[in-house]
Amino acid sequence: MTRPKDTSGAATAAPERPWPKLLAKPSLPLPAPAPRAAEPIARGSEWTAAALERFDAALARHARRLGLSTFPIQYELITAEQMIDLISTVGMPVHYPHWSFGKHLVAQERTYRKGLSGLAYEIVINTNPSLVYLMETNTLALQVLVMAHAAYGHNAFFKNNYLFQQFTQPDSILDYLKFARDYVMQCEQTYGWREVEKILDCCHTLAPYGVDRYRKPGRLSARRERERQAERLRFAERHYNPDLAHLDSRRDDAASQAQAFEPQENILYFIEKHAPRLAPWQRELVRIVRKVSQYFYPQRLTKVANEGAATFWHYTLLHELYDAGEVDDGFMLEWLSNHTDVVTQPPFDSKSYRGLNPYALGFAIYRDIRRICEVPTDEDRAWFPEIAGRSWPEAIHFAMANFKDESLIEQYLSPKVMRDLRLFVLHDGPEDRDHYRVLAIHNEQGYLRLRQALAAQYRAEAHVPQIEVARAGDDTERALLLHHRVLDGRLLDAEGVDAVLAHVKELWGFDVVLEEVDAAGSRLKVHRV
Amino acid sequence: MVDRVSPVHAMRIVDRRSDPPGRGAVNRERFVRRFKDEIKRAADDEFRRRSITDVGKGGRISIPGRGLQEPFLHHDEDSGSRDFVLPGNREYLPGDTIARPPGGGRGGPEGDEPGEGESRDSFAFVLSREEFLALFFDDLELPNLERTHFGDVTLERLRRAGYSRSGAPQSLAPAMTVRMSIARRIALRGAIAERIEELERALETADPPARAALHAEIDRLRRRRDALPFIEDVDRRYRAHTPMPSPATRAAMLCLMDVSGSMDERKKDLAKRFFTLLYLFLERKYGQVDVVFIRHTETAEEVDERTFFHDTLSGGTLVHPALELAHKVIQERYIGDTWNVYVAQASDGDCGADDGARSAAYVNDVLLPRLRYFAYVDIPHVNGLFNRPSDLWQSYGAIASPAFARRQVHGRGDIWPVFRQLFARKEAA
Repeated sequence: MTRPKDTSGAATAAPERPWPKLLAKPSLPLPAPAPRAAEPIARGSEWTAAALERFDAALARHARRLGLSTFPIQYELITAEQMIDLISTVGMPVHYPHWSFGKHLVAQERTYRKGLSGLAYEIVINTNPSLVYLMETNTLALQVLVMAHAAYGHNAFFKNNYLFQQFTQPDSILDYLKFARDYVMQCEQTYGWREVEKILDCCHTLAPYGVDRYRKPGRLSARRERERQAERLRFAERHYNPDLAHLDSRRDDAASQAQAFEPQENILYFIEKHAPRLAPWQRELVRIVRKVSQYFYPQRLTKVANEGAATFWHYTLLHELYDAGEVDDGFMLEWLSNHTDVVTQPPFDSKSYRGLNPYALGFAIYRDIRRICEVPTDEDRAWFPEIAGRSWPEAIHFAMANFKDESLIEQYLSPKVMRDLRLFVLHDGPEDRDHYRVLAIHNEQGYLRLRQALAAQYRAEAHVPQIEVARAGDDTERALLLHHRVLDGRLLDAEGVDAVLAHVKELWGFDVVLEEVDAAGSRLKVHRV
Repeated sequence: MVDRVSPVHAMRIVDRRSDPPGRGAVNRERFVRRFKDEIKRAADDEFRRRSITDVGKGGRISIPGRGLQEPFLHHDEDSGSRDFVLPGNREYLPGDTIARPPGGGRGGPEGDEPGEGESRDSFAFVLSREEFLALFFDDLELPNLERTHFGDVTLERLRRAGYSRSGAPQSLAPAMTVRMSIARRIALRGAIAERIEELERALETADPPARAALHAEIDRLRRRRDALPFIEDVDRRYRAHTPMPSPATRAAMLCLMDVSGSMDERKKDLAKRFFTLLYLFLERKYGQVDVVFIRHTETAEEVDERTFFHDTLSGGTLVHPALELAHKVIQERYIGDTWNVYVAQASDGDCGADDGARSAAYVNDVLLPRLRYFAYVDIPHVNGLFNRPSDLWQSYGAIASPAFARRQVHGRGDIWPVFRQLFARKEAA
């Protein structure tokens, strides 16, 4: 499925060379090499700033022709060490300090030094202008691959995908993170690192529950954030007494409040606003973690869609370069080897299996959209009447703009991709804990079921259990009651629950109860700390 | 920050390679701080395993993986039911069953961070030299590493020190000279060009007689500009050298230890820490240090480090043969002014009275004149309420030389203060 386009066809037409013994001779003759339009932009594997600039211009030209719309790009030339730094803080050039980033750092460093893994050679984050990192040790072909992948592929996805448009503000995130970093460091100075670390640790365990999943979050602005903070502090200094404030609000409408309590999905938000015992600066820390988590929320929902689009575009753009004669065969072979590493999908029973590879899956889906547009089969016409035979750039742009992983798979996973990846659905249930049962495979009867199962697998609920605040601070006790909405009888792992609840309690200051409740409303299990 | 879409393509590229390192170090430090106890335990094990000469290097370390993960809520794989999709089906048909790995494995699209060097059991990473030393010294209740001066022997050596305007012809630095010449010519040419422009502007408004003078002046300047000499005296640069004191070149450290049965693991560990500390200091001072290990019971022999620290022999104790062997080694290998020889002896102090007296005399008369320093650490038995000074300790009391010192060490915490005392004494004397 991800076989590189055969590049040997480009060799100058010699009169019928003997075919290598180990390769099956293709039944169709290879297409005659097209005349090379121009000299390659650069040769060899050493890169220079001038060569990169020429490549960027060429990429921009092809991208524009194919209708890619991107944020302005800023390339940053960095060393391998700096790359390790960046990876450890999820690609953010500024971030508040925390030991967990340090842990990533030492782990990365070690694998890199041992040569276990090359560095991820592309990271790009959703900012405006889009920051694209070029590592100095990359070869020319790799640099151009990274440019096409990150600066054009990811960049276009960030700019046009509805989730990112709705949920993130790429022009203010860096400013906000700078504010967050300064605030955290200032707190460390004032209150001691132990205290700060404790709060951050607690918040990190709840980070997946610090997001509004449906409501558009307010704009991020470091300036407004600072003003708000100062205002809040002034007010609190004058009026605030946590115990009294708590009593006060209760007296008014204690009864109605208990009744009218609406479940809250954003636990960190709830804690920030209502935890009885947190000091103002601790609430600020909660808020910072919550905001950062919210910012990364769309990223979590679009792994396949985003990586797939970026991979599709680097593959497409670099082939455009080749077709225009702007790069030579050696260049193609070099990046194709990296490309194939990235889109490999080992089978489930292989040692190197690490789950479905989002690059492989996403790339296969987008590639197939293009194929369906260009050379549709009867099957495609039946499955995808709306795109079969239409203009492929339009179809691709539409797919990039309007879907997240779940819906992308539901809409576009074609029978051909299912066949190529040899997907199959397994069932794991309480009736037989020693075996999985195969429910569907890549055949006529299985396609739809397969597609639905895979889409469901990329739903947020499939991996992040649904927890919500059910009740808090009623008359008798100040306990925080959390509910886990149990789906398909899947309970929480008890070990994880204990550790997390201990952290929640630290924040809440009083007892925390987590009830696992099924759809009918009956309690299946109760955890308490 | 918003770019206009310009018709001419311009690439924005910023070179960050020379930016100061920042965040990485901050987060790394927080990580080490957070898991200090675990890391220290691992570093301790590592220390025990390592040879003295390697302690000062950084290295791979691995700590238990538990507690490193930030906890998070996840499903219990053994509850409820779920459907999931896997790739790479070659043989299965609907209705078939596949053996289920215990705990349900982890299906689905998670685990997308492979190769993190992390498993449930252990987490391995590399400590830098500084971090490793900080941990090593942590136990030793080290205030701050002070540079102590003991047994300094310095030689004068010429070191490169930039460029100077004067020097001998053989130390001319051509590259630098040409660079200066280019700079001079650029500067002069600019000044002349400016002056010419000025005159040409004046030319436009000048009356005929003045014009001639101006023309002449312009011509003169043009000629001058074309005739700027390639090299002038002011361009010349020479490699400069300046004399720097540098410590005598080579050092040797002889470790003497009693390995009879009474020296248990604890004592050997203390001794090792002491030897290591000495080694680190000498290494910092001299760059390279030869280390010789001499162990003794009733007889003495030179051994490698492993045998030195990890083999036990049984038998009585005689100190004298070890000192004789040390002397022999010095005579054979470390004779001459360029060698700074140090002897460090560790023992629990058991020896016969006769042997003690003989040894003390031998150290004083034979060894000390050839040494920079002789340090004796006495590691007494922990049991026994009476801290009766050991025999060797008493015997060595007779030696009165500024190059000799003896101290008692009871626990790890003592080592650093003792070390300081040992080597501070010289200054006081």
